[in-house]
Amino acid sequence: MGIESSHIKNECEDAVHRLYHYLDNELTDDLRIKIKKHLDDCPPCGKAFDFESELRKVIADKCKDRVPESLRLRIAVAIQHEIKSSEPTEI
Amino acid sequence: MADKERFIDETNEYMPALYSAALRMTRNPQDAEDLVQETYLKAFRAYERFEEGTNLKAWLYKILTNTYINIYRAKQRKPDETELDEVEELYLYRRLGQSQNNLGKSAEDVVLLGLTDEEVKSAIESLPEQFRIAVFLADVEGFSYQEISDITEVPIGTVMSRIHRGRKTLEKLLHEYALMNGLVPNETKLPNGDSLSLESEAAMVSGPSNQDFNGGMP
Repeated sequence: MGIESSHIKNECEDAVHRLYHYLDNELTDDLRIKIKKHLDDCPPCGKAFDFESELRKVIADKCKDRVPESLRLRIAVAIQHEIKSSEPTEI
Repeated sequence: MADKERFIDETNEYMPALYSAALRMTRNPQDAEDLVQETYLKAFRAYERFEEGTNLKAWLYKILTNTYINIYRAKQRKPDETELDEVEELYLYRRLGQSQNNLGKSAEDVVLLGLTDEEVKSAIESLPEQFRIAVFLADVEGFSYQEISDITEVPIGTVMSRIHRGRKTLEKLLHEYALMNGLVPNETKLPNGDSLSLESEAAMVSGPSNQDFNGGMP
């Protein structure tokens, strides 16, 4: 393995190591720009990151649930009850 | 200081998110409804102490998480401190195979489009509690590490570690579903050691046996 390819390989390792921080937008500007540049230069890493990013969206989209109307109603009633019981009673 | 009369108007839009979180936490619709109702009542009682202009959604999530931990931890007697096995990065991606199916969909799309809502929910619910909550807050709700640290009252380093480990395990669980559905090729021989040579691994998993799998479509 030549010096150049080993250099690239280290960049790949570094990028994958920071995959989650990068996708979570939790990197410093310097590091984010560095990883972004690597992803532009290295199609295999770019493709892997794209997949992880899409997977995140799929997980979020598929985790939605509809609130039962009965629950909305229960909460509204419970809060009304709370308001009434906290009103000062006149003697 | 927040105006109590506006409580329902201000908080209503967060109910679906809180209900989803409650379902993932309790794994039971009845308990989830009770948890959301209890959260709204506690939030209403405390609403005067909510500082307007700060993050209302995070504030509600904090009440939800605390309530869940107080009620359900008490039931369990001791907190769930399960650890997770170490899972490699890009676990699912490395097992996709390379072929396009006969509808022209890439191996990536076959998995991303083929996993069902029930499978994704069930995979998240299979994670041990502390990982489940951290991953849900990060991946589904998009909270920052700092916000999750504030909501769960756990140091930020621990939050990060839980999110990262939880996600990797989640990928492993999703891979199991994808295998069952025929969304990924069954036989993947991965090289030991060097786990980062994406291209050579990809070449190894795209054998002729993957050429005609149709992503589980009838």
